[in-house]
Amino acid sequence: MSESVSEPGPERSSAGDGAPAGAPESAPEQAGGAPSRRSVLGWGGAGLALGAAAAGGTALALRPGPDMVSAASAGSAVPFHGEHQAGIASAVQDRLHFAAFDVKTKDRAELVQLLKDWTEAARLMTAGHPVGEGGYGGLPQAPPDDTGEALGLKASRLTLTIGFGPGLFAKGRFGLEGRRPDALVELESFPGDNLDPARSGGDLCVQACADDPQVAVHAIRQLARIGFGKIAVRWSQLGFGKTSSTTPDAQTPRNMMGFKDGTRNVSGTDAAALEKHVWVGAGDGSDWLAGGSYLVARRIRMHIETWDRTSLGEQEDIIGRDKGEGAPVGKSKERDEPFLKAMKPDAHVRLAHPDSNSGATILRRGYSFTDGTDGLGRLDAGLFFLAYQRDVRKGFITLQRNLSKNDSLNEYIQHVGSAVFAVPPGVRDKDDWWGRTLFA
Amino acid sequence: MRPARLTVLTAAAVVAALSAVTGCSEKSDASGDGTIKVAASDSACEVSTKEFPAGKVAFEVENKGSKVTELYVLFPDDRIVAERENIGPGTKATITAELKAGDYEIACKPGMKGDGIRQAVKATGSGTVEKRSPEADAAVAAYRKYVQEQADETIPKAQAFADAVKAGDIEAAKKAYSLSRIGWERTEPVAESFGDIDPKVDVREDGLEPNQEWTGWHKLEKSLFADNKIDDADKKLAETLMTDLAEWQKKVGQAEITPTSMANGAKELLDEVATGKVTGEEDRYSHTDLVDFKANVEGAEKAYELLKPIAAKNDPTLSTELDKQFAALNNLLEKYRPNKAAYEYTAYDKVGEAERKELSDGVNALAEPLSKLAAAVAK
Repeated sequence: MSESVSEPGPERSSAGDGAPAGAPESAPEQAGGAPSRRSVLGWGGAGLALGAAAAGGTALALRPGPDMVSAASAGSAVPFHGEHQAGIASAVQDRLHFAAFDVKTKDRAELVQLLKDWTEAARLMTAGHPVGEGGYGGLPQAPPDDTGEALGLKASRLTLTIGFGPGLFAKGRFGLEGRRPDALVELESFPGDNLDPARSGGDLCVQACADDPQVAVHAIRQLARIGFGKIAVRWSQLGFGKTSSTTPDAQTPRNMMGFKDGTRNVSGTDAAALEKHVWVGAGDGSDWLAGGSYLVARRIRMHIETWDRTSLGEQEDIIGRDKGEGAPVGKSKERDEPFLKAMKPDAHVRLAHPDSNSGATILRRGYSFTDGTDGLGRLDAGLFFLAYQRDVRKGFITLQRNLSKNDSLNEYIQHVGSAVFAVPPGVRDKDDWWGRTLFA
Repeated sequence: MRPARLTVLTAAAVVAALSAVTGCSEKSDASGDGTIKVAASDSACEVSTKEFPAGKVAFEVENKGSKVTELYVLFPDDRIVAERENIGPGTKATITAELKAGDYEIACKPGMKGDGIRQAVKATGSGTVEKRSPEADAAVAAYRKYVQEQADETIPKAQAFADAVKAGDIEAAKKAYSLSRIGWERTEPVAESFGDIDPKVDVREDGLEPNQEWTGWHKLEKSLFADNKIDDADKKLAETLMTDLAEWQKKVGQAEITPTSMANGAKELLDEVATGKVTGEEDRYSHTDLVDFKANVEGAEKAYELLKPIAAKNDPTLSTELDKQFAALNNLLEKYRPNKAAYEYTAYDKVGEAERKELSDGVNALAEPLSKLAAAVAK
C-alpha cells in the first residue's frame, strides 16, 4: 500500500501531522541542526500508525479517494518503505522532476555504495528532512550537505522512484549481464519518432514527484550532487501538471491539448489490476525484480499551434471523446464504457484501448511540460509520458506499434525522447536499499 | 577570470598595515637595549636575541657580506610581516614591525635570492598566541613558495609574448599567447585576490565595467586571433601587461593564505573551469581553453597535494576520492594533447558537444569532493 498518509517527523513535516485541512502552514525551522538519522528512523513505526489514523480522519471529513486526502494535507509524507516503490501506484502528485543518469564509475562496489547513499538521502527527503548534516550550522569554510532550498517546506508527498536502464546490464560492466530481464528490451524505432539522444536513454533514472516543484527539484539536485564522480546527469525533465490520475474517483486532469487524460487509467487501489498489469510477478523470470515494474519514459512534443487551429469537431474525432465532459463518442458521461466502433478507426482512444491491443494495459503517470519556446517561437510543450507495466513488450511496445502507425493524433505530436528502465521492488525497511535484490 | 566575485583569499592589506617599513631608526619598546641587531653576511644571519616582548619591534640589520642583501620578518607560514630590500654591502638598515606574541622567522637573503638564511625568533608576552599546526604551516609555506615561483616563471614567458607583439610578429605572438598564461591560471585565486591587477590583465570583453578600458591578455587575444592584426595600440598594451604582471610578481608573496583558503582556492580553480573553460568562453578567439583548463587543474592539484597529509589523516575516504578524480580528469585531458612533450592541446572549437559533456562530467566529479577539502583540513 502506498497511498498517501502523513508521517510525523520532528522537522519539516511536523506542522502537517494529521492536521486538519487549513492548519497553519508554518513549519518550524530546523532547530539545533539536522535530527540524527537514528531518531528519524525511529519514528517510522509509530509514524505510520499515527499517520494512517490521521489520513483516515481527513478522508472521512471529505470524500474518499487518495487524491482527496492528499489535496487536504498536501504537506504530508508518503511512506518510503514498502513492498513496491512509492511513486507508481501511489496517488499522483502535481509536480515532477525526472532525471536520467549515466553511470561513470566502473567499480561495482562503488555503484552499490552510491545506491545505499541515495537510499539514505531518499529516506530523509521523502520524510521532509534535509540530507546529511543539513543546510546550515556546519563549518563556515565548507559547503553544507544540503543545498537548503527545501528548508521550511513540508514533505509535500515527495516520492522518489529509481529505475535501472538496459546499459547497466551490458556485458563486462558490472557483472549483471546474466540478470537482465528478458522484458527489459531496448525500444524499437517507431514510425514518426524523432529521438534526440541528449533526451534519451540512461543507466539509472529517478522520478521525483511532489506537490511542490521546489521539493521535487531539490531532491534530484541532492542525488546528483551525492553522485558526482560516480554518475553524471544525462538529461532531466520538469513536469508541472499530472495528466493521468491513479485515483479514478478524483477529477481527471487535462493535458496540454485541453482533453481529460487518464480516464481509464489503472487505479492505484485496484490490487488485482496492478498484479495483472503493473507489478512484475515472482514467476516472470527475474526473481530480483519481483514486486517491481518496467517504466517507459517518452518526451512527446505537441504541435501546439496547429492543434489550436484545429476545429473542435476534428479535435474530438481525433481523440474519440468530447472535450467538455470527456465522454466517449456516443456516450454522455466521462466514465461510461466506450463503444469503440462508434469512434473513427484512427481515433486515439479507440487505438489505445486494451480491446484494440490484445488487452495491453499500462499504468500512466505522465506530466505536462512546457520548456518555454523553441527558437521559432513555438511553445515547447507536450506530454512527458511515463508508463509502468509488467512487461514492456506486452505493454508499451504493443500499444505504440499500433498508435505510431495508425493514430490520427500523430499529425499533432512527435516523440522526441525515449528511455526504458527496470524498476526494482520497494525498499523494505531501514536496512534495505535501492537495488539490493539485484546487487546483493 | 570571473567578474565581480568574492574570493576567500584576501589581499595583504592587513599585513601591509602592521608592517610599517621605515628606513629610520625608531626607539623600540620591545627590548631592553632598544633594537634587535641582525648581523647579515654572505653565509650567516645572526640575531642578537631570539626572544623579545611582543609589540613594536625594531630590527637593525648590518650587511657585513659582499653581496647586496634583504631582510625579512616572516610568519611561520612564510607570510611576510615586514621586509627591506637592497641593503648594500657595508650598509645598515632598520625595519620595524608590530608583532603579536607568537613565532616568527628572520631571513637574510644574500644576493636577494632564494629562501634566505633563517633564524627562528619568538615574541612573548600578552596578546593571544595563535594555535598553529606545523603541518598546516608547512603546507601554506610551500604553497606560498609555489605561487611565487609561478609568478617568477611567468614573467619571461609573458615577456616573450609581449616582445612578439611589439615586434609585430603575429605568428610568434599567437604561439606565445597561451604559454604566457599558464602560471597565472595555475594560481588564479591568489592572483585574483589582488583586486586591482586581475581586471587589468585577465578581463574578458563582457566582463568590462562601464568606462573601463579593456587591457590585458584577452584584448591582445582578440587582436591576434580574431582581427589578425597588431597595431600600435596593441604594442602599447603588451607593455602595460608586463607592467601589471610585474606588480603581481611583486605582491603575490604577501597574499593572505590559510589552509582553508588554499582548499577553497583549489575548488575555485575548478569553478573557473566549470563556468569559463568548459563552455569555451575564456579563450573564445584563440580556442586555447584546454591549456588554461589544464593549468587550473594543475594549480588545484598542487594545493591539494600540499594539504593531503592533513586531509588524508582527517578524511581518508575523501583523499582517496580526490586522488582518483584528479587522475581521471588528467587522463581525460591527455586525450586532447597529441604531443605529450608540449603544452599544447586540441583547439576547443574542435571539441564536440559530447566530448565537452564528458569534460564537464569530469569537472563535476572532481569539484564536488574538492569542495569538501576545506572541511577536511579544518577538522
